This record gives sequence, C-alpha cells and structure tokens, in this order.
Amino acid sequence: MITCSLEHRRFAEHGGVHLSVSLALPKGGFLALYGASGAGKTSLLRMLAGLLTPDAGRIVVNGETWYDKALGIDLPPQRRSVGFVFQDYALFPNMTVRQNLAFALPRGADDRILVELMELTDLRRWADRRPETLSGGQQQRVALARALVRQPDLLLLDEPLSALDPGMRFRLQDYLLDLQQRLGFTAVIVSHDVAEIMKLADRVAVLEAGKLTKLTGKAEFIADWLERDGQEVRLDAQVIGVRPEQTGQEITLLLGGVALRFRLPTDADGLIAGRRIGPEGWHATVGPESAGVAQRNDVPTDTPP
Amino acid sequence: MTEWHPLYLTLKLAFITTLILLVGSVPLAYWLSYSRTRWRPVLESLVGMPLVLPPTVLGFYLLIAMSPSSPAGRWLIELAGFRLAFSFGGLVLGSVLYSLPFMVFPLQSGFSQLPPSLAEAAYVLGKSRTTTLFRVLLPNMKPSILAGIMLSFAHTVGEFGVVLMIGGNIPGHTRVASIAIYDAVEGMHYRQAHLYSLVLVGIAFATLLLVYIVNGRLLKKVWS
Repeated sequence: MITCSLEHRRFAEHGGVHLSVSLALPKGGFLALYGASGAGKTSLLRMLAGLLTPDAGRIVVNGETWYDKALGIDLPPQRRSVGFVFQDYALFPNMTVRQNLAFALPRGADDRILVELMELTDLRRWADRRPETLSGGQQQRVALARALVRQPDLLLLDEPLSALDPGMRFRLQDYLLDLQQRLGFTAVIVSHDVAEIMKLADRVAVLEAGKLTKLTGKAEFIADWLERDGQEVRLDAQVIGVRPEQTGQEITLLLGGVALRFRLPTDADGLIAGRRIGPEGWHATVGPESAGVAQRNDVPTDTPP
Repeated sequence: MTEWHPLYLTLKLAFITTLILLVGSVPLAYWLSYSRTRWRPVLESLVGMPLVLPPTVLGFYLLIAMSPSSPAGRWLIELAGFRLAFSFGGLVLGSVLYSLPFMVFPLQSGFSQLPPSLAEAAYVLGKSRTTTLFRVLLPNMKPSILAGIMLSFAHTVGEFGVVLMIGGNIPGHTRVASIAIYDAVEGMHYRQAHLYSLVLVGIAFATLLLVYIVNGRLLKKVWS
C-alpha cells in the first residue's frame, strides 16, 4: 500500500502552481496520472522518487516512511525502493546495455536478474551495444529493464512511451503489463495518452492545476472521458465478445486485464471489423479476432536505425 | 650551443600544473555546476579573473604573498617547507592560479551540458554522488575534460608575465622557454630564439590539433 499526501509550491515563469495531492494506491496497482502539461504530474512523480522535496506532507510505502515533514524524515532517492523510467530514458551513453543494467545491481547481488530481465525485454541480442546504436523502442526497454534490476516496490514512469510510434508503443505496453504480472511491483505512469491509460492502468488520477480532481477506476474514467471529450482514440485491444443489438452491436474489449463493454451502432454495411466501431467519432483499430490487425503494416521492425 | 633546459622546464611546469588543475578543478567545477548558492557568481568571477587581469598583477600579488616578510608568505613557507618566491614550486603555484579558468570553465560547461536525468537516474539506482561523478558524469564529458587538459597545458606553456614576476629568470630553476626567448632576443641570440620559438609553435599547434581531432572523433561517435 502506498499512501502519500504532498504539498509543493512551485514558482514557474508563468505563475506558480500549488501542488496539493493526497492519494492511496494498493500494492501491485497501476495508477495513471492524467492531466494537461503543467498540472504537476511529473512533479508528483519526482517527489515520490525523492528527486524533488515537497514543502509538506508524507509518503509511506508498504509501511516504510519515505518522507514525513513533521517527523523530519526525508529518505534520499538512493534509499527508496524506486525504479524510475525517465522521459528521455537517461541511459548512460558510456555503458553497453548489459553495463547499464549491471550498474543498477547492488554490490554483491545475484546477477542472474540481469539475464532474466534482458530475456523478458528481448534485449539479449543487444547486450553489448551502446544505447546510441539502438532504436527508440529498444532504448526504452533498456530503461525499463534497468529500472527493474533492483526489484523496486514502486515503478515510476514519466511519459516513457510518448516519443514512440503507435506500433512500438503497443508492444511496449504489453511488455510492461507482462513484467508487472511477473514481478508484482506497484506502478505509477504519467500519461496523457488515453489509449495508453485504458490499456495499462487500473486506476486513474486526474490532475488539474496541481489539484487531484478525480481518482477513479478505469471503467469510470473511460465512461467519463467518452462523455466529456468523445474524441477519436486508437485502441489496441482484444475483442472478446460481440453481441448483436437492435441498432448496433455490443462489443466487449479486453483492455489491460479489464473487460469493457461498449454499445456501438454499426455503419451502413453493418460492420465493425471495418475498423470503425463507435458512437459519434469513437474509432478503434480493432479486428474481429485480435487487436491492431489493421495496424500490423505500420509496425516498424525491431531493428536499430 | 643550444640550452635545452628551458624547454624541459616549460614542459615539466605545464605537466605538473595541468595535473594539479585536473585534480583540483573537478570538484570545483562540479560544485559550480550544481550548487544553488547565491555566492556562485562571486566565485565564478574570482576563478575567471586571470582571463582579464594582466599577468603582472597576479604575479605582483603572488610575489608579495610569497615573500618571507609577509605573514601569508611565512605561512606558505612553513606549509611548503621551502621558499616559494623565485623557485619552481612558486612557478607551479602561480601557473595553477593563472590557468585555473582554462580547466574549470570547460569542465563546468561539460557538467552543464549533461542532461540532469543522467545523475538522477544514477541516484535512483542507489548510487552515491561520488560513484555517480566518477562512473556516469565524468566518462560522459570526455571532450570537455580533454579540452580542459589541453587548454591548461598550452596556456601554461605560453605563460610569460606571471612566471617572470614570481620566478625571475634563474637559469636551470625558473627560466622557462618563454623567458629564455625574451632573454635570447635581448642578447641578440636570434638563432637560439628561433629554435625555442619553433618548438613552442610546434607544441601549441600539436596540442590544438589533438583537441580538434579527438573531439571531432568523439562527436562523430556520439552522433553517428
């Protein structure tokens, strides 16, 4: 269980933002921080990691106090069981993939985890390559694997997939979910990609101008989002059920381990597999059997540039 | 007959000065890059003073500070165990101060050019500041380190005013090449002056060439 309640006054060029957030996250959960840029998502992540000192509040992770202003406790990042995937990946250019991972290994620790993580993230082939010779997706996987070497209680991801093309993004989301299932860490991801949130997170915290305006489960977030924005979104989801209805069809999508039901009108041809399934502008790139069929051609091969 | 000793002395002085500067400037440049103290501009100005000050001014103050008749001079003599004025040790001290910005500023710019996430990533991976400095930061700013080393070396080789003020012109002890040239020209020994000058031109050119070639290669490696 992770509980935090944090206050931070930030004085930016365009006026300050007063960040004030309290939230609790069950162990093994996957929380998405959603909100406009400047809402305080990254600051919140940095405070959890110990890279930014809050003005007040406390952070307790699995019973251990990481920060408590009143008690004068402020563990440095080195002593927090945290993995951090930076937006720019922050791979060490002077080290190979293997060395990047090995650097994270505590002294005297078993190095079998390195091989295991490189297997899980499909990196063994690139183990002796330097980061700059790898593609964006490969670099991202190195960053992810490196963040997991110490088997942290809490994995923090700062928009790690935003720079990647959709095909690569979908695959990395799968890696991430698979790793979380195997290793059981709690994860917090900063994202303003709704499709990504739908796929990865089980809870969503919506931040607006430094305040937590909503903390909901995924289904509510999606319903709310559809009602409010109703923009197009590309989903990579498995269709697990299609049921005809009077004016359309009800389809069930499996998204990040959660089944979501949508009632959707069909087009003139009565198709949803024509890639369009949706009420008023609600599109999804889904085929009858599995996700992203229509996308496959766009998926880049996993080779370095 | 050609006297090679001034050239040897010049290279020895440049080598020792560069070594001391490298060891001392890494923590100083690190501190200047990451410290948030409001005294930073003051310290940066002090480090940069030799860039704008006539070398004779620095030499003059150092000479006074090193003089056995001043309290600072007496303390320095006790610390060093010998008199600094008109000795090789004094030359080293003067050169270190005079070339300080040529080592500190390239290193400082090297630190500032590294993305902050690099150090932060190391901290989150449980590494101390020292480990991060030596295994992550410094290895990723080799061009800046090389530039600092080469510039300090070349600047020390090219020194004149400070060494003349502090060291005088004692053959075999403090007469470095730049002073020997001045001396040779004064005494109308043009052949001698030509020889020293040619060697110094060679050293200066080779040093800068090395910086450009190696840094070009490093850059290519990073960008390709």
